[in-house]
Amino acid sequence: MKETVGTNGLIFNEPLLWEKGVSGRTGFSMPRRDVDAAPVDETLTGEGPDFPDLSEVDLVRHYVRLSQWNFSVDNGMYPLGSCTMKYNPKTNERQASLPGIAGAHPLLPESLCQGTLQLMHELSGYLCRITGMDAVSLQPAAGAHGELTGMLIIYAYHAAQGRTRSKILIPDTAHGTNPASASLCGFASIPVASNEKGILDPSVVADLMDEDTAGIMVTNPNTLGLFEENITEVAKVVHEKGGLVYCDGANMNALMGQVNMADSGVDVLHLNLHKTFSTPHGGGGPGAGPVCVAKALEPFLPVPRVVEENGRYAFSWDHPQSVGKLHAFWGNFGILVRAYSYIRSMGGEYLKKASQLAVLNANYIKERLKDTYHLPYDRPCMHECVFTDRHQQAHKVSTLDIAKRLMEYGFHPPTVYFPLVVSGALMIEPTETECKADLDRFIDAMKAIDAEAKENPDLLHEAPKIPKVRRLDEVTAARKPCLRD
Amino acid sequence: MKEIGELLLPEDVRYAEDHEWAKKTDQGVRIGISDYAQDQLGDIVFVELPQVGDAFAKGDEFGTVESVKAVSELYMPLGGKVIAINTALEDAPEKVNTAPYAEGWMIEIEPEDPAQMDTLMDKETYLNMLKGSAP
Amino acid sequence: MRYLPHTDAEIAEMLQAVGANSLKELFASIPESCCTLNQLDLPEPLTEWELDRHMQALAGAMAVSPEYKVFLGAGSYEHHIPAAASYVLSRGEFVTAYTPYQPEVSQGTLQAIYEYQSLVTRLLGMDVANASMYDGASALAEALLMAIRMTRREKVAVSAAVHPLYRKVVETYFAPTGYEVVELPFSENGRTDLSGTGDMGELAAVAVQSPNFFGCVEDLAAAAAAAHQDEKTLFIVGFSEPLAYGLYNSPGSQGADIACGEGQSFGIPRSYGGPGLGMFAAKQKCLRQMPGRLIGKTTDANGRRGFVLTLATREQHIRREKATSNICSNQGLCATSAAVYMAALGGTGIRQLARLNYDKSEYLKSSLKAAGVSIPFSSATFNEFVADFGEGFDAAWQALLEKKIVAGLPLARFYPEMKGRYLLCATETHAKEDLDALIKEVSS
Repeated sequence: MKETVGTNGLIFNEPLLWEKGVSGRTGFSMPRRDVDAAPVDETLTGEGPDFPDLSEVDLVRHYVRLSQWNFSVDNGMYPLGSCTMKYNPKTNERQASLPGIAGAHPLLPESLCQGTLQLMHELSGYLCRITGMDAVSLQPAAGAHGELTGMLIIYAYHAAQGRTRSKILIPDTAHGTNPASASLCGFASIPVASNEKGILDPSVVADLMDEDTAGIMVTNPNTLGLFEENITEVAKVVHEKGGLVYCDGANMNALMGQVNMADSGVDVLHLNLHKTFSTPHGGGGPGAGPVCVAKALEPFLPVPRVVEENGRYAFSWDHPQSVGKLHAFWGNFGILVRAYSYIRSMGGEYLKKASQLAVLNANYIKERLKDTYHLPYDRPCMHECVFTDRHQQAHKVSTLDIAKRLMEYGFHPPTVYFPLVVSGALMIEPTETECKADLDRFIDAMKAIDAEAKENPDLLHEAPKIPKVRRLDEVTAARKPCLRD
Repeated sequence: MKEIGELLLPEDVRYAEDHEWAKKTDQGVRIGISDYAQDQLGDIVFVELPQVGDAFAKGDEFGTVESVKAVSELYMPLGGKVIAINTALEDAPEKVNTAPYAEGWMIEIEPEDPAQMDTLMDKETYLNMLKGSAP
Repeated sequence: MRYLPHTDAEIAEMLQAVGANSLKELFASIPESCCTLNQLDLPEPLTEWELDRHMQALAGAMAVSPEYKVFLGAGSYEHHIPAAASYVLSRGEFVTAYTPYQPEVSQGTLQAIYEYQSLVTRLLGMDVANASMYDGASALAEALLMAIRMTRREKVAVSAAVHPLYRKVVETYFAPTGYEVVELPFSENGRTDLSGTGDMGELAAVAVQSPNFFGCVEDLAAAAAAAHQDEKTLFIVGFSEPLAYGLYNSPGSQGADIACGEGQSFGIPRSYGGPGLGMFAAKQKCLRQMPGRLIGKTTDANGRRGFVLTLATREQHIRREKATSNICSNQGLCATSAAVYMAALGGTGIRQLARLNYDKSEYLKSSLKAAGVSIPFSSATFNEFVADFGEGFDAAWQALLEKKIVAGLPLARFYPEMKGRYLLCATETHAKEDLDALIKEVSS
């Protein structure tokens, strides 16, 4: 029998921390006391928190066991669309943990932190050159944070012209953070339908674009994995009525060294360093969402900016039109270090190659699976492709069942049920760090699952059985939330 | 999901296009969502209702109903003032699934214009509407 | 390149499978007008060893301990991080895992963050905590917006003793909204003056920070009473040093409706200000308006305990423009770090460590007083406090940098009326000899 990637093995049950703690144990080396106890105001002091006491052995075993219940990029392939789960280089971790970087206080006087300031300045320059934009802020702590920053910049731009506009156009394929970010700035989200080719149509945009619309938020390539071929016309339509074009750069992994975003008509865009630039996902963050702008919007960037003069680096705060501050300090600096380390390791040539191979990998999967799974847009894709469960629904097998069974084959499921314009969507983004052999194994697994859908659908309905837990009761979890012990 | 023929569609209520139902009671009009709506939503985990005393026009949003992965707005089939809400749904939102026309009722209103009931659909018309939109 | 596994032969095979003659052809759908980037103008790639040298040089141009004695707090604190904590946090299964949307293969992350949520509620005395926000500043901004949603009022009052950079972030979030932020002044004793809240109209929230930016512990019970004089107003307690709650009363025990702040102190390196950790906790009544991810306990098809993301209908991927926030990625690994740290310290350890921080700072404070330095604020503090060295001290402060001592944060840049005042921080990482050296330098 052919061996699949996923197999079963010995993992360990592990209770909650307070189920194993025993009062009096210690897992921490208390520093030596070299000062006397000082009097303290008893009216202010409390009991202290009810934390369990654990030994160091308890601690290490607890977390090692928990870690073994997780799927991760270090274990296997995560073909999650629009997430760019590429390999996370280990040298990046080494650089981020250098004592001069990890131990640096954010409010050091500038003469004492030239290293970090230089890194930020250089990284800003690299991101400008990669996107073709003119200026960058590294401050936003995540993609959504970058979107908020972009929306604030658009709001400030219009305000500086003495006007308020109330609407933002948002394609129906947009990620949920887009309308949510627009709402935070008081904009109403006006949906724009994609055409039958799965992309934006300039005439549809023109019908919706008016002088009360602040701009449009596009994602390019979009979440169907398609390049917005009409982007320059769409941008023109928006610009003609005084609006701005925001680009959600989550899918930038398709375009490095290929497209000048500024030339495509984009005024402001955010990047996801934890996607395109290899910083790890950490189980939900931290990420970073730098914002790149065209020259006209530079005055609105958050403060402080990083400037260089005669080889000396400094923060510059005197920008009266700036939207202000998004982060307490300068952004997720530790993540910036990792992205910097990646860009210095890849150089321009390999970043371009990465995008080319990401697109090759996605097209390869698309071609080899399109006879098995329904492909709503049968044309060349960018770095991701979207299938549906239409064929498998005939056997009462859904995208959810396919996803749950795929885990047992040793692959994390693709993005499911997104974008919303496609029913039962399976969005697959392999990234460039997956080799052909692993892509072939993934394709074989997907084909095997299709066969199982015909021959043994219950196997799929009951999947998964191998991981730590089976399907979980999410209904009770929502009806009777238990969010703490 | 149920087939159309399996749906519960009592005769003694009127139906709105967005799948709310309205039924005359001694005190006013009771409102809930139809068997079709609860079936489409799946397991309901939370119902957000207005407060007693709130007033809405026909077509206004008066609350929301949530499943694990989706939220649907609830719209007034006719205008009026809320005189009672079904507090049992706080602890047992699943009543909307199991008894959408009985224990799963949502709000009771004093209608501003009782004649608005006549603009709602009867069972046959609603059933035809559902059949018409079926794939 | 070691991250790009394709060989030329494999590329050729795959191109054939997709029906393209070259990699360039794969981009044929992109209009010429956008394709003006053929080459990325970036430095040549470095080998791993060249990168090491380059980064060591950058890191070398930084003032960090032990070479430098840095007495800075102000929202970023030096605390020891146990080797065991760093070790478990370097596990690739934590670092390189995705958000736990597929719970069956993410129970490690889910249980770790569930434990984090529980520990945070115990620390802050609250009913529910989310899985994190970006940092203390954005957490405060989101707390204020949440209060506005819950109360449907449009005005909030925020203490001037809240971290100035947090207040700037609040201002930024509020700019397009039309909501109003009113400032609460602070008194001579270093605490917020809430006497005016009654005259401020209908407030959605009153927000203080404790310990505040000056290191002073606020009288939270009195502040809560002032805020709750209007029963709809929410009382928000922010913080930038959560270790203080190993010693002082928790915000929840004193009447806070929302407690939010910076968790960097708990096992997260300072790393030039980020990534940090936005801790966010609230009372039960606030649950459905809370932003951020929530992890809940449930059972699987075999009746076994497991954990899932829950109440997701509040969030952007479902609720879109009506979501409680736009947050998607949060600070997941940092929340895990904080949980590991809290678990390593334990209930006994956190009390001891908090007390040690307090005593180090009190030693510095009382020694400076004895040496004739003025300590302007009389309120109790935790591990940082304000010293007044006199307006002419700036030159001396600069000179001390040459001696590799950063003698606190000059406050004039944030509070122009406070020339000569410096915010000094002493944690368990500052040895008595270093404190004595500092005392000697500043009192001469």
